[in-house]
Amino acid sequence: MGQTINGLLRRHGLALAFLVFLGVVALNADAFLSPGNILDVLRQVSITGMMALGVTFVVLTGRLDLSIGSLLTLLTVIVVDQHNIAGPFPAIVMTLLAGLAVGAFNGVLVGFVGLNALIVTLAMLSFLQGLVLLYSGGSNVNVANAQETWFAVFGRGDFLGLPVPVILFLVGAVIAGVVLQFTTFGRRVYGVGGNETASVFSGIDARWTVFWTYVVSGFTTGVAAVIMGSRVMGAQNTIGQGYELTVLAGVILGGTSLLGGSGSIWRTVIGISMLGFIQNGLLLLGFPYYVQWLVTWAVIIIAVWIDLGAKRGRIFA
Amino acid sequence: MGDVILKVEGITKTFPGVTALDDVSFDIRSGEVHALVGENGAGKSTLMKVLAGLHKPDAGEIIYQGAPTQVAGPLDARRKGILLIHQELSLSPELSVAENIYLGAWPTNRFGVLKKRELRRHAASALDALGCGFGPDTRVGTLSVAMQQMVEIARAEAFNANVVIFDEPTASLTDTEKDQLFQTIRGLKARGVGIVYISHKMNEIFDITDRITVLRDGQVQGTVDTAETDLNQVTRMMIGRTLDTYFIRAKAEFGAEVLRVEGLSKAGVFRDVGFSVREGEVLGLYGLVGAGRSEVVETVFGVRKADSGKLYWKGGEIALPSPRQSIDMGMALVPESRKEQGLVLMMGGRENTSLPHLGLFSSVSIMNRPKELAVFEKYRSALSIKTTGPDQAVSQLSGGNQQKFVLAKWLCADPKLIILDEPTRGIDVGSKSAIHELIADLAQKGLAVIVISSEMPEVLGVSHRVLAMSEGAIVAEFEGDAMTEENLIDAVSHHRDDAAA
Ligand SMILES: Nc1ncnc2c1ncn2[C@@H]1O[C@H](COP(=O)(O)OP(=O)(O)OP(=O)(O)O)[C@@H](O)[C@H]1O
Ligand SMILES: [Mg+2]
Repeated sequence: MGQTINGLLRRHGLALAFLVFLGVVALNADAFLSPGNILDVLRQVSITGMMALGVTFVVLTGRLDLSIGSLLTLLTVIVVDQHNIAGPFPAIVMTLLAGLAVGAFNGVLVGFVGLNALIVTLAMLSFLQGLVLLYSGGSNVNVANAQETWFAVFGRGDFLGLPVPVILFLVGAVIAGVVLQFTTFGRRVYGVGGNETASVFSGIDARWTVFWTYVVSGFTTGVAAVIMGSRVMGAQNTIGQGYELTVLAGVILGGTSLLGGSGSIWRTVIGISMLGFIQNGLLLLGFPYYVQWLVTWAVIIIAVWIDLGAKRGRIFA
Repeated sequence: MGDVILKVEGITKTFPGVTALDDVSFDIRSGEVHALVGENGAGKSTLMKVLAGLHKPDAGEIIYQGAPTQVAGPLDARRKGILLIHQELSLSPELSVAENIYLGAWPTNRFGVLKKRELRRHAASALDALGCGFGPDTRVGTLSVAMQQMVEIARAEAFNANVVIFDEPTASLTDTEKDQLFQTIRGLKARGVGIVYISHKMNEIFDITDRITVLRDGQVQGTVDTAETDLNQVTRMMIGRTLDTYFIRAKAEFGAEVLRVEGLSKAGVFRDVGFSVREGEVLGLYGLVGAGRSEVVETVFGVRKADSGKLYWKGGEIALPSPRQSIDMGMALVPESRKEQGLVLMMGGRENTSLPHLGLFSSVSIMNRPKELAVFEKYRSALSIKTTGPDQAVSQLSGGNQQKFVLAKWLCADPKLIILDEPTRGIDVGSKSAIHELIADLAQKGLAVIVISSEMPEVLGVSHRVLAMSEGAIVAEFEGDAMTEENLIDAVSHHRDDAAA
């Protein structure tokens, strides 16, 4: 029990450290708390956040999805390219379908074949990056008629004073949250993550459950790619690089356990938003953009350390 | 019996919503075996975890060898000579016996490198002192439960323990293994070690202990000399009333056959197993731990695969089902190991109870929370489960109360056939007879019941018919007057001798 309290303290310590950081940034950069900057951060967060929603499902089963960085690149390239070829609506449909397909492929390998999730999705990360270059021939693509298309609404539009991507993220979060908390699928996800053997003894097919979490992850990355393509109105061959770790860092920063079975969507929303504000704050303080990689590293180490610490407390107490 | 070696005074320990220990005072003398008894959730394990440094008490004092002592953690406790042997064994299966004995306290040289030879030598001498039949290099994962327990006990030798606490040590031991354990305990006792013995098996308590302390709702009800008390008095102290010691058996009125198994085989595990069970019938499956009983029922239920065999459900032949199909047909399996197979420990009682029947507890995939809560409350009171609420993680419940939720999750969907694999393991005497009554009740209502148990009186007491299993095969079947302990022992051991010859 002592260790659990310790863990709680450490968790609150993290929130405290975050508040202190916000204070420091706010004092040093006036722009930080301006509505414009906050909306900017939220716009950025809506892409990582959308991906994190799906990844939360995967992590809750005690597994990982590291393929989503390259998948984001690939799908963004597809949506932009197809926009030029087939128009916005077919492009979006194709992108979402491609996301679902890659998710399903990961899902078969991890869920049914039983391969290690880390290896499967890491290999997929590499494979998809190759596929991007094959598809694009190495050149960047841009939306041809950027000024006219209604496609711009997903990344650049506003509705009731809120950016559309932020609204999409929030709506997605509500749906994902409802699915996890109130549906049988959500219950199966928590069951498989919490104790796979006991779930199988309870008649839950762990293979299908795991499969569907990867499909969800592929889908949310597809939605994120639509937002990304619409926001940038183009796609570089490396546009999604590193997103897999940023997203994972956000998920575990929120307190969803890498060991599976505990965590939630609202935690992910908080974690990924905190991460967004930290990275934005560092930029405003004058740090070069690449410190965000260092931040991702630090966040992952600290969050995992707290997670395992709390677990160990529970196991031994 | 020697001097008081360890004493606790005024220990109080609360968890959110429960007072697990309330002003508890208690002492252990050297060379005695001191029983700690009480209902599920009375606070026995919690008290012992305080002694072993796993819980910090809110108030109170531990006086060890005459001086007030702080126990910082499990390793500190071990170094001081206080050893807790857990209710659930806690060894690392991948490590060797020697490494496990000294887990966390490995001898190292000044560069932090493990002194392997020294480790082996010390471990070997500890194992020798106990007369263990395995060496220090054996990987723990390959040992039986009884042997793993010996590894834990070897720590007592290795750390020269003054106090050894056994928390329900015989829950998964065979009778022979139990006898060996008792010899070991007597050996420790003769050396002046103070021993605490927690168990729900009253015959063991009266067999091996010198004094009995009864806990109830976190309070000490009293300490009595074992020689000067009897079962009735102890039971009354524990639960406030006495219990009938006889078993209730359901009336022998059988309906149609529910399940028949023919020629079920799995290489190296069991062979040519066949039996059938009817509505209203309680079929006992007796055998030593490791006889293959659990494997057979797990195969019938569908979590394991068989090489060959036929299954008939209500007279019609079916393919070996998946667990999902079994559940939907109306089969329920209360598995052997509650922590690994029975429960999702992070979930509360509500979610664990509905887990096998998500379809029944939902409409269009949306969970019906009020229904879940209603069923949770129903079984909470029917099985008198101690929990602070529907969402208290079951990991926080006492062992016996966890077991009750495993029962609840399988009873709540009105199965046609219920298979109970060691259903009363770790359950207190009061709830145990409640579960026996429940079994009779279920059969009376027309369910087919299969009960696996290594407790002979239990199998014989609740069943209409008993199958004896040994080394993967059914070796005998007894009914009516032939259902005696002698016959069962005979069947199981004769077969063994034959196999050995
Ligand atoms: N880590 C914990 N968090 C919250 N409550 C706990 C925790 N550990 C124990 N409890 C509660 O304290 C009470 C006493 O539990 P304890 O495990 O000591 O019972 P016990 O006497 O060993 O029972 P059993 O015979 O079933 O093993 C129970 O109500 C239990 O739910
Ligand atoms: Mg206990």
